[in-house]
Amino acid sequence: MLSKKEKKLIKDIWERLTPVAEDIGSEALLRMFTSYPGTKTYFSHLDISPGSAHLNSHGKKIVLAIAGGAKDISQLTVTLAPLQTLHAYQLRIDPTNFKLLSHCMLVTLACYLGEEFTPVAHAAMDKYLSAFAAVLSEKYR
Amino acid sequence: MVQWSDFERATIQDIFSKIDSGVVGPAALSRCLIVYPWTQRYFGSFGNLYNADAITSNPKVAAHGKVVLAGLEKAVKNMDDIKTTYKDLSVLHSEKLHVDPDNFNLLSDCLTIVVASQMGEAFTADVQAAFQKFLAVVVASLRKQYH
Repeated sequence: MLSKKEKKLIKDIWERLTPVAEDIGSEALLRMFTSYPGTKTYFSHLDISPGSAHLNSHGKKIVLAIAGGAKDISQLTVTLAPLQTLHAYQLRIDPTNFKLLSHCMLVTLACYLGEEFTPVAHAAMDKYLSAFAAVLSEKYR
Repeated sequence: MVQWSDFERATIQDIFSKIDSGVVGPAALSRCLIVYPWTQRYFGSFGNLYNADAITSNPKVAAHGKVVLAGLEKAVKNMDDIKTTYKDLSVLHSEKLHVDPDNFNLLSDCLTIVVASQMGEAFTADVQAAFQKFLAVVVASLRKQYH
């Protein structure tokens, strides 16, 4: 459950990170591919080597979706409806992988924000990313 | 036996030589109690854990954070046989403390985040992978004696 304070905190953080969406997104993906090589199997059709155009554009896409959802968290199911369909019927990524990317997203934020990534911010962000992943997998079955 | 590459070995030694154990231990434990509040169930005797500020300034939490990190440093010194090094600790967590081993992953994640925020850019994807491999071996060793 996200409090009003936490929703505002999350909204503010992602607003600040939107201009560097490509950096944050590509880094989170790279961390995930490095620590959890099984996740690479979903990207066999792309070039996901460090610094590649695919990695950058894909990372940007993901972060912009996360930032978009953060603008009005109470509307998450409505905002993510098209992405729900995409992930359920086309991409069919096993939802355990969402946890792995969320973790790497948190690590990326920690490196980027340093001390500013306080335990309270961390908790709020972890809750938001869990909620995001849960909504994303709602249409799976 | 766990195989460590030269890079992994050097990375782990490097991280633990650089971090301030008096800071990282307490920070990781308090972060765990804040981000995953159900972990507080094991610390009933620690007093005020009512909110993030209380947890961060709680002296018992800080003291215990240092104990945990000292335990990790033991593993760093015995990287080639963490399983044996941790045998008694595993029995302790299982038989005496009754800690659900899934909690070890939660604390590991918080430790990763704390080290990441301290190291910033230097905590590259490869460094993260090595650190997480080390923590996975630690967690597996701590789980070993549960039955």
